[in-house]
Amino acid sequence: MKLKFILTAAALGVASFAAQAADTIKVGVLHSLSGTMAISETTLKDTVLMLIEEQNKKGGVMGKKLEAVVVDPASNWPLFAEKAEQLLVKDKVDVVFGCWTSVSRKSVLPVFEKNNGLLFYPVQYEGEESSKNVFYTGASPNQQAIPAVDYLMKDLGVKRWVLAGTDYVYPRTTNKILEAYLKSKGVKQEDILINYTPFGHSDWQSIVADIKKFGSTGKKTAVVSTINGDANVPFYKELGNQKISAEDIPVVAFSVGEEELAGLDTKPLVGHLAAWNYFQSINTKANKAEIATWQKFIKKPDRTFNDPMEATVIGFKLWVKAVEKAKSTDVAKVSDAIIGLEVPNLTGGTAQMLPNHHLTKPVYIGEIREDGQFDIVWQTKGEVAGDAWSDYLPGSKDVEADWVKLKCGNYNTKTKKCSGQNY
Amino acid sequence: MLWLGGAAAWAQAPAGNEFDTAVASLPTASYMEKEVLAGQIARSGHPQAQALLQGWLDGKLHADASGHVWLEGEGGYVDPASGSAGKVEADDLEKIGTNNRLRKALKGVLAQFALASPAASARIQAVREMRRELDESAVAALQARLPQETEAAVKHEIELALALAGLQAGEPAQRLAAIASLDGDRSAEVYNRLSQMASGDEADADAAVRNAAGAAVRSIESWRSFYQGVETLFFGLSLGSVLVLAAIGLAITFGVMGVINMAHGELIMLGAYTAYVMQLLLPNHIGLALLLSIPAAFIVSGLVGVAIERGIVRHLYGRPLETLLATFGLSLVLQQLVRSVFSPLNRSVQTPGFLSGSLQFNDLLSVTWIRLYIVLFMLIVFAALWLTLNKTSLGLKVRAVSQNRRMATAMGIATSRVDAMTFGLGSGIAGIAGVALSQLTNVGPNLGQAYIIDSFMVVVFGGVGNLWGTLIGGMALGVTNKLLEPWAGAVMAKILVLVFIILFIQRRKQGLFPQKGRAAEGH
Repeated sequence: MKLKFILTAAALGVASFAAQAADTIKVGVLHSLSGTMAISETTLKDTVLMLIEEQNKKGGVMGKKLEAVVVDPASNWPLFAEKAEQLLVKDKVDVVFGCWTSVSRKSVLPVFEKNNGLLFYPVQYEGEESSKNVFYTGASPNQQAIPAVDYLMKDLGVKRWVLAGTDYVYPRTTNKILEAYLKSKGVKQEDILINYTPFGHSDWQSIVADIKKFGSTGKKTAVVSTINGDANVPFYKELGNQKISAEDIPVVAFSVGEEELAGLDTKPLVGHLAAWNYFQSINTKANKAEIATWQKFIKKPDRTFNDPMEATVIGFKLWVKAVEKAKSTDVAKVSDAIIGLEVPNLTGGTAQMLPNHHLTKPVYIGEIREDGQFDIVWQTKGEVAGDAWSDYLPGSKDVEADWVKLKCGNYNTKTKKCSGQNY
Repeated sequence: MLWLGGAAAWAQAPAGNEFDTAVASLPTASYMEKEVLAGQIARSGHPQAQALLQGWLDGKLHADASGHVWLEGEGGYVDPASGSAGKVEADDLEKIGTNNRLRKALKGVLAQFALASPAASARIQAVREMRRELDESAVAALQARLPQETEAAVKHEIELALALAGLQAGEPAQRLAAIASLDGDRSAEVYNRLSQMASGDEADADAAVRNAAGAAVRSIESWRSFYQGVETLFFGLSLGSVLVLAAIGLAITFGVMGVINMAHGELIMLGAYTAYVMQLLLPNHIGLALLLSIPAAFIVSGLVGVAIERGIVRHLYGRPLETLLATFGLSLVLQQLVRSVFSPLNRSVQTPGFLSGSLQFNDLLSVTWIRLYIVLFMLIVFAALWLTLNKTSLGLKVRAVSQNRRMATAMGIATSRVDAMTFGLGSGIAGIAGVALSQLTNVGPNLGQAYIIDSFMVVVFGGVGNLWGTLIGGMALGVTNKLLEPWAGAVMAKILVLVFIILFIQRRKQGLFPQKGRAAEGH
């Protein structure tokens, strides 16, 4: 009798557990929690966890609670693919928020396409991609690099350009696009200096001396920096030591944000520029509220908020809206429903999901302040539509992505053919 | 009395008006408009104009919700025109922002005020600032100042600046005179203007002027290439110094003792973190903290080194492969330790004032202070280490043990104690190198990994067991790297240096300065 009771109880327990499992929606989080990228990606993991907590407080989605499944791909690119497979096949998550570097995204792409998963990618990147299974909530080059160059050209009258970057795929592609763009605006080859340095480069003496020499011809010069991560610190220090001020040769960076500046000696950086689609210092109600929620969630009143975090917030809200509209978490249904949906940006205006799986975004240029925040000196009039394939590269000029009319992420308007992605 | 006051007010009225209207429109103006307003304020002749512009440049000019402008002073917020204090809360104020272009313009107009400053050096600075953008108002201000100027040096600067403006004079003779008086001035402004006049689209209409400008340009160019060579050499020496500093501790542990210590980089890292902690302890004395962290880092890394030797390396003498693996594991442990203690984020070690900026020799050559100090610091560390090894009894014992351990034991030297001391010495030097590196690069858990390969490269290249070899080897690698960099780029230069070392070691297995005698043969 007693035994029977225990067995029944156990059976009931299993049944109720199964029922509960069906009642949650699983959200995969694929961000590195160890290794070199942990510094940046851990914050995004926490952002997703915060959003899930907030959503569950509101009653979840379609009456179901959200459940986070966090894995650690450890800044190891092949491991990203393995962990993605685990999330999709074993844990059967309904959506994944993840990746930071382009190489990690490229590594998980085939996994998401094979298993028909759904990935929200929240970081600015080099473009030249549009997958059926990925939504890109960060900026493409025409939403960050091109407007920044426009600002320098029109407002500061820059005539000579130094394109300095770390030696990997994002800077190389971005600089290729920028070079083509500058030449289309009539800048001569001799007025462009391109320079690549290894990851973590620390001896900037001769490169900065070169920049100084390049900029001392009387024509206004600016540096467009795709220098990545902590190599920026000795770079800006050397600029300061060689007395190159932001007034003479401004540096506009695409990878330096609030999180990178936190805990840095900002003195040598003051006055230099950064281009993003979000700045913590922008004074709107929505922004202040989100920052307050974040600081409360992470239990640190001075934690910063940055652009990829806003992109994560927007991606999450769009997904929630799409699920509620489709009344299902089915990938195909959600992907169809999400196109055209809008959510407000934290800094004003709205982010709309476009048929090419990119967003509309405002672009801001900020000057670095001594406290590690930014003063906004310029912004686009409205939102800029994200362009998956650059209009300035010969290879991608004629290519378009449209998942509504064309049902294709790589459609050549000249040959009228849809070619698949090549990774 | 009343009448007098009235007259004064009347006399000021037009100036006051222009000043007041310009100031009132500041909060809503765009950056372009602000630039014009800054000029109006400067020209208004209002007694508070300079203070207001300076405050604006320093980010101390604010506006409240009603559009009233307030200047942040030492005691609180004041009205910029009258100087009377106002009751406003910092929360209600919005800063009147500046951007790079505006700051440059502000510095230009402030320089015109500074022309009348009592200190001669400030006046020279002001003339140089104005030279960067010689517009009509700047030229007029300089011309007005010239007859009043008493200091010869300032007078010379003003004359040069006016000659630079004179290059655009209408008469060819005037332009020729201007070129002649600029002889010997090799600054970028002069060079650019002269090379425009000498050839190209905007070349001077007069042939004599073109020739004179061309000759002047060629003279400047030859100086330029000379100083560029000097600069490259210095860059090479300073990179070499960093390499030597990082490697010199290894020259002892690996070179003298023969221990392959993969945790050497982490000992450097510990030194850098010591500098960070010292600055935390003495937040108001950044420079002093940095100086004190030199002995502190020596002690911290030295003690860790002794612990490593006593705890691990001692049991593995004569088994290089196992030493390598054990110390490699240890390096990971140390990295994880600082990650847990200090967080995986980079820590910022501040640079004291006397280390930033550069030493200007002339218009074409300047050397950054920090690099100059690093070269000197390396020489001091090297000298101290050389003296320790050659002139002290500890050094004598170290050499004795490394050359012939059995004989040394027979002579009554406590060899195991000497081993620990030697390893501690090498580790301590690594810590000192870490303090120096904290000023050049990021202080983070991966700091050591960036230098471990370079350190081994220098020691192997210089010749194992030879301090002089480490010095010469490091310097040679630094200079080679910097000579290659302009041609090949930073990435390729590193690769070429590595290839060069591999080929070199193929030819000379013992490095640049092989050890001679019985000790070398015994190995």
